[in-house]
Amino acid sequence: MKPHTLSVLVENKAGVLSRVTGLFSRRGFNIESLAVGPCEEPGMSRITIVVIGDDEKIEQVMKQLNKLIDIIKVSDLTENERVERELALIKVTAEQGTSRAEIMQIASIFRAQIVDVGAKSLILQVIGDTGKIDALEKLLRQYGVKEFVRTGTVGILRGSKTVTSDK
Amino acid sequence: MKTGAKILVESLQREGVEIIFGYPGGVVLPIYDELYDSSLRHILVRHEQAAAHAADGYARASGRVGVCLATSGPGACNLVTGIATAYMDSIPIVALTGQVPTNLLGNDAFQESDITGITLPITKHNYLVKNTADLGRVVKEAFYIAGTGRPGPVLIDIPKDVSTNSVKASPVPDKVTLRGYNPTYHGHKRQIEKALQMIAVSQRPVIYAGGGVISSNASAELVDFATQLGIPITTTLMGIGCIPGDHPLNLGMLGMHGTEYANFAITESDLLFSIGVRFDDRVTGKVDTFAPHAKIIHIDIDPAEIGKNKRIDVPIVGDVKAVLNDMLLALKKSDITDAWLKKIKHWRQHHPLKCPDDGRLHPQFVIRQMSKLLAGDAIIVSEVGQNQMWTAQHYCFKNPRTWITSGGLGTMGYGLPAAMGAHFARPDLPVFDVAGDGSIQMNIQEFGTIAHNKIPVKVAILNNRFLGMVRQWQELFYDRRYSFTELPPVEFVKIANAYGIEGVKVESPEDVMPALKASLDCDGPFVMDFRIEREENVFPMVPAGAAINEMIGGHPR
Repeated sequence: MKPHTLSVLVENKAGVLSRVTGLFSRRGFNIESLAVGPCEEPGMSRITIVVIGDDEKIEQVMKQLNKLIDIIKVSDLTENERVERELALIKVTAEQGTSRAEIMQIASIFRAQIVDVGAKSLILQVIGDTGKIDALEKLLRQYGVKEFVRTGTVGILRGSKTVTSDK
Repeated sequence: MKTGAKILVESLQREGVEIIFGYPGGVVLPIYDELYDSSLRHILVRHEQAAAHAADGYARASGRVGVCLATSGPGACNLVTGIATAYMDSIPIVALTGQVPTNLLGNDAFQESDITGITLPITKHNYLVKNTADLGRVVKEAFYIAGTGRPGPVLIDIPKDVSTNSVKASPVPDKVTLRGYNPTYHGHKRQIEKALQMIAVSQRPVIYAGGGVISSNASAELVDFATQLGIPITTTLMGIGCIPGDHPLNLGMLGMHGTEYANFAITESDLLFSIGVRFDDRVTGKVDTFAPHAKIIHIDIDPAEIGKNKRIDVPIVGDVKAVLNDMLLALKKSDITDAWLKKIKHWRQHHPLKCPDDGRLHPQFVIRQMSKLLAGDAIIVSEVGQNQMWTAQHYCFKNPRTWITSGGLGTMGYGLPAAMGAHFARPDLPVFDVAGDGSIQMNIQEFGTIAHNKIPVKVAILNNRFLGMVRQWQELFYDRRYSFTELPPVEFVKIANAYGIEGVKVESPEDVMPALKASLDCDGPFVMDFRIEREENVFPMVPAGAAINEMIGGHPR
């Protein structure tokens, strides 16, 4: 049982997302994260879904997804070299003084950006894979994480391989 | 300029639709107005559920796409059970529903329901049409999706203003191209070779054939293949009819109420050739002990069915007919596995299906008499429960598409409306609905439809004043505690008469054949109320969770 990152190319039509998420809940598959947006092909969107399961379960998920008429292509990125990224915004308590300096130091180590400075808080923006974002959030906890927002994972294959409609 | 309603009716005609089963209502008034002077035949049902089942019965009997029509809200919701029934059995229907006007969508308007949302998990695909200009294309796509690949229901939701608005008629392309939908019809060559080699070296092969053989119209190819190699065939409930009931290689149905010899053969086989099946739990029993010694080959048009419930050694994705034809071309005659067939013959002799003969009226006898009289030249539709299992076991089907039943969903109330649909598909054949007294009362209002339209459906009610299958489980597994399964007596003939339908009550075995003959002699619909033994059980039976060779109610081994 390990996380699989599925890249799903879909027709950009009303209701596509509910077809996909409905299929997951109906068949008892859990979505760990989800990211949706338009892509390089006109009229299509790309959904990146992270789902945890054994190989047989993932195979069944992919086959069921493929049956949906509005789905053009489903690929499991996990089988290949890939780049995966999430973006997180973390609002952390930062009083004047040493803690603020420490947070800014941590941010720079993680190559996170300070995107908002308030009297008593900072907002950090960080981009990375799931593990990096988890690690940063854990480190910042000691200062007090007031709010933590993250996108779903997006992923892309390394090299010249692509997940496209090839039709 | 044409209205959406006109475009819809013309599109249906272009698809070759000859009949629609439906029920009018507020937002489908424009469509009904267009139907009023069109050449499309419309049958007014008495409940929308029946419209969906009738379209389904029409599709199963004809192999073509069935069509039903209902209004928004309650009308559309009433179709749901029928759509789910078609979905579970992979039956091609197109369900048309009216919807509130587009400007009221999402407003909780009068008779609004989100039917595309509701039917998302029970349709192969569905559409909410928001522009009249899209309607022609959507109808074309819907029929294509419903009828190709693994067939299934498609719903088109049409807001009232989409029906009333006029647009310049735009040409609809002849061919549908959908980027996300390209079914595989031809099997992989190397996989086919591998399968043939595996079959050639097997000692105890069995073919396990299902609804996919029927929907692919591959019965002749299947029987040809099996006969050339001398491989016995067992069929699922949905596969009945793909090989004649009296064919020497036919083992009958397998699974929970299958024949003992079919289940024994599966359990001892060393090669299971699965064709158009989905390893349903009612077939496999305890799945780990299903065909435990066999290598498994599986042909299915739906890749998601392969490996879903059972590990497959040689998967072949493709249309059953196309794959079998390819296999027949590459087939080398091999020796018929004599010892194996002898063993099966022995089982068949010593473990036949039982038909009690004690002078009382038993349901198995009624079905066997029906089988004798009709000799396969009829369409038999069933409801769900004991009536369905007795028919599947004891009626000798000769041809595909003559056995019509709700398998996957097990929908009580399916039979009578499906029989109406089947009649319009095959007006040349008599159509019987084998019912229980429970099931028939789930859509008994359709007596109105068959009387009104003189649809000559013969209804054979196996009346035991119980919800028999549930009672059987209560008897066997719940200590005979008959919780809410006993029904009060009903005079079905009187109900039939009230609708203007003839009928007869039958209480003894010698009156069975005359009643059946009377039903055939009657031009219109006919109701037979068979007062059968009340606590008759369907045997043999595999208890839930047991291996399929551990049957109760069979013969000692």
